[in-house]
Amino acid sequence: MNGAPLELFLLVGAALFACGAAGVFRDAEPLRRVIAVNIMGSGVFLLLVAIAARGGGDRPDPVPHAMVLTGIVVAVCATGVALVLADLSGGEEGDDDDGERS
Amino acid sequence: MTIVQLFDALLALLLLWLAWRAVTDAVLFRAVVSFVALGLVLALTWFRLQAPDLALAEAAVGSGLTGALMLAALRRRSDRSSPTPEGPVKGAALRQLPGWVLAFVIFGALSWAVLSLPIPAQGLTEEAHASLEKSGVTNPVTAVLLNYRSYDTLLEIGVLLLAVVAVWSLRVAPRLRPGSPSGPLLEGLLRFLIPLLIITGGYLLWIGAFAPGGAFQGGALLGGACVLVLLGGLTVGPMTGRIVLLRTGLWAGLAVFIAVGLGAMTSDRWFLEYPVERAKLLILLIETAALISIGLTLGCLFYGGRPESGSSDRSSP
Repeated sequence: MNGAPLELFLLVGAALFACGAAGVFRDAEPLRRVIAVNIMGSGVFLLLVAIAARGGGDRPDPVPHAMVLTGIVVAVCATGVALVLADLSGGEEGDDDDGERS
Repeated sequence: MTIVQLFDALLALLLLWLAWRAVTDAVLFRAVVSFVALGLVLALTWFRLQAPDLALAEAAVGSGLTGALMLAALRRRSDRSSPTPEGPVKGAALRQLPGWVLAFVIFGALSWAVLSLPIPAQGLTEEAHASLEKSGVTNPVTAVLLNYRSYDTLLEIGVLLLAVVAVWSLRVAPRLRPGSPSGPLLEGLLRFLIPLLIITGGYLLWIGAFAPGGAFQGGALLGGACVLVLLGGLTVGPMTGRIVLLRTGLWAGLAVFIAVGLGAMTSDRWFLEYPVERAKLLILLIETAALISIGLTLGCLFYGGRPESGSSDRSSP
């Protein structure tokens, strides 16, 4: 451990998760929800990495690191699919609006 | 307070502030930019927490490609609909109250849970380092990803493929905006940058065996190269058989991974249990195929749909 205040980063990780969770419920705009879910994910990653660094000694635990690496890549895939879905649902709503106006 | 403590405090404050902005900013574009900045600060944080592998991946994927995906979605959105005024809605503050209360409860419960964990954490650090000699690589993270827990990574490559299948099933790719001519300057820059990205991706793949790096970081750079190709309009000619090439590339990672796993079974071993003396070679083989698949997958996600047959296709790196 190189003296990083791990308790601080644990708290920040929990705060990021909570902030993202609030964002998911706060706004119905799809893109905002995708951002919020990504922030929740970042919070979880921060928790995992801080816990990995807590192992004592100067070597962090590589297993949580591998899990977070996997998580980062899976998160971007989920984001890609979610954004396409958001596009499609947004398009339908737009069409509905047009129909109501005409 | 030493300079390092100051840096840590600054990182923590920046993370919180950027997350707050990304969730609450009234202008969507600024929220996206805050999110991208959050990814970069996180990359610094990974470095501070002795996770350079993650710093590389976060900067390239978590911040770079996710940001590119979001900005592209934002542009498609503004192309389609007239901007709606995002003013304060009456009673909005009151309506949001339950959400924030919930967030506060989550924060409290989660902090309590993680702070009450035993110190030092009971991890697998010793076990991971003890078997490193037999894993074929010396970077412990790569060893976990591609040897100890390669089954997880196999499934992850499967998830990547699944994401492309989902996106391709949902729609034909929207046409890239035709009115964006790539000037000679941009084209010249891209012709210089893209080979550089491909070489750097390969370098990260090779060095991942004994230093921070690996197939995911390299694949992310390859994905970045694909995005640049798409943005710069450097798509070449009508597609003739290129779609087959693209599909092969997308499949390659999973196919090679499974083939190696099954190959290990022929000599009386378990699925994915590599022989010790050939572990390095097999890991490199899997990672090379995975690198190509990951790069193409990320490019395809940015493309946002299946390539329309008969129209132009993008060049594959």
